[in-house]
This record gives sequence, structure tokens and C-alpha cells, in this order.
Amino acid sequence: MNDWLLVASMALVTFAIRYVLLAFSGRIQLSSTLVRALGYVPAVVLTAIVVPAVVLPDGETLWLGWQNARLVGAIACVILALWRKNLLLTIAGGMATFWGWQWLVG
Amino acid sequence: MAIASDFGVRSPRQELLAGARDIIPLVVGAVPFGIIFGTLAQGSGLSFGATIGMSAFVFAGSSQFIALGLLAAGSTLPLIVLTTVVVNLRHMLYAASLLPYVQGASQRWKVVIGFFLTDEAFAIAIRRYVQPDLSPHKHWYYLGAAVTMYGNWILCTWLGLTVGQLIPNAAAWGLDFAMVATFIGMIVPYATTRPMVGAIVVAGIVAVLANGLPHKLGLMVAAIAGVTTGYWLETRLTSRPKAKR
Repeated sequence: MNDWLLVASMALVTFAIRYVLLAFSGRIQLSSTLVRALGYVPAVVLTAIVVPAVVLPDGETLWLGWQNARLVGAIACVILALWRKNLLLTIAGGMATFWGWQWLVG
Repeated sequence: MAIASDFGVRSPRQELLAGARDIIPLVVGAVPFGIIFGTLAQGSGLSFGATIGMSAFVFAGSSQFIALGLLAAGSTLPLIVLTTVVVNLRHMLYAASLLPYVQGASQRWKVVIGFFLTDEAFAIAIRRYVQPDLSPHKHWYYLGAAVTMYGNWILCTWLGLTVGQLIPNAAAWGLDFAMVATFIGMIVPYATTRPMVGAIVVAGIVAVLANGLPHKLGLMVAAIAGVTTGYWLETRLTSRPKAKR
């Protein structure tokens, strides 16, 4: 497969997806229903990315055991994020917990 | 990541710098992700130039990773492009959320905002856009955040292609967990109302249940389920006190 053809095609469709609504924003009138619904988008999309990465580490099998270092690390992240609204602390503490747990159970 | 609380009208330059500063924690979280992308790219058969090119022109982390996986598995170009569309469809939801704020913007701004639209830039910028001040320079804030993210992404891809090759088995270190940690840190502050908590829980469960769907369609299914749940709960909770039923 041609590398650059792949890059160009992916770039084109990605830009189109990101741009098309913005391009016609002058002619689009969002209903208040839609505006309210869209308020849920950021948190919901990020959750839908994160949860499978945590509980389906191999992409297929559900792993909810305490040996799952990703799960333990993710729980640590939630606790840290609830405790202090400091994103760097959440990332650092979560990574440390994840690695520490992996080392302990590995 | 406090967004400046002094709402005197800031100059474009001040907005630009504030955006760049506020996205730094998210940039830190993306560093390992970019390095791993660069590191893995060589094994998948993508050339050095095309790997940098993918980060520079596609600039969409998850779809870039999935493309590498599909390439390595010998997939075809149409299939990779189709999967890219599905994985990146969430950006259309982001664009829809930005619509009320870009309606007066020039077409040039819209092209810029569209090109740089990522999870991170959106998550940071939307918090600036929703602030009640009528600053005409909020797009500069977006630009500062987005370009910082962009520069870092290309730099990290390059690091992965060069330095990353020297680290033995870098992918097995679990550095990708940094993205999980970053995203959790971004999600939790949203969870302040019951409809939002419900939306998050449903999105998480549906994402797991729908994980087996082809082309990563599960992500969109989960997003729609979560948004619907949140909206439904919101309507129910706000209408209940008045309802006679």
C-alpha cells in the first residue's frame, strides 16, 4: 500500500469530519434540545474511550480482578481527581499506582 | 488548570498564552502516547516520512494507532479509511458543541479550528468558550491550546521514531496508561450532576458491551447511549417537581 496515499486519505476524511459542521455553522440552527444534549458529549466520549481500555486490556476479555493493574490505576485516578482538581497530580499518581501495582502482582 | 478568573478583555496574545498554558497537563499525558506511536510505526511498515506526515496531517491519535494496527495486519486502504471515519466521528460531536461559539467566526478561523480539533483541545477550549464574558478573542485561546498540542504530538512522534527505537520493548511498559489517567482527570470534574453521572456510567457500560462491534463502532454507540441517558435524566429531574403525574 502506498504510505502517502494512506496518509492523504486519512487526513482528508478526518478534516472533513471535523470541519463540515463548522463550515456551515452560519446556516445551522441548533435546537435547544440538541444544545443541551451536546453538553454531555465531552465526558461521555472520553468515558467511552477510557473504560474499555481499562477493563478490556487485551481488547477482548473483561478483566475486573484486583490483579488488573489498569483497573487499580484507574480507580486511583478517580480518587485523586475527586480529592484534588489537579490534573498533573491525577496523571502522576495514577501512573505510579499503575506501575507499582503491575510490579507487585507481576 | 485554573482558567484565569480576571475577565477583563484579554488581548489575543494573552488568550493564546493562556490556552497554551492551560493545556499543558493534557500535553504531558499525550507525550507517552506520541512516543509509542512513533516507536510502533516502524514495525508496522509505515515509512519514516509518512509516520511524521500522519501526525502532521491527520493529527488524530486513536485513529493513527488503529491505522498502524490494521496496516500491520495487512488490511486494505478502504478499510483503514472507513475505520478512521468511524473512530473520528466523535469529532463531529465536538464540532456540533462548538457551533454556537463559531457562528460569527471567519471561514479561515473555522478551517483552523476544524483542522486542530482533538479530544484535548476541545476539552480545554470548550471551558473557555462557555465562560460568560464576551471576549471576541476566545478563538485565540483555542489556537494556543491546539497548537501546543500539535507541536508536542509531532515532536513526540519524531522522538518515538528516533529515540524510541533504542528503548527495548517500549510498548510493553504500559505507557499508554498515561492517556487513561489524563482522560479520567478530565472526566471526573464533569461528574457534578446526577444526569451527568448517569450519562457517564451508561457510556462506560455500553462501551464495554459494544466493544465487539466492527470498526470500533462501539465508541459511537456508547456516546449516543450516554448523551441520550444524560438528556433523558435531565428532562425527568427538571420536570418532576411540576409534573402532576
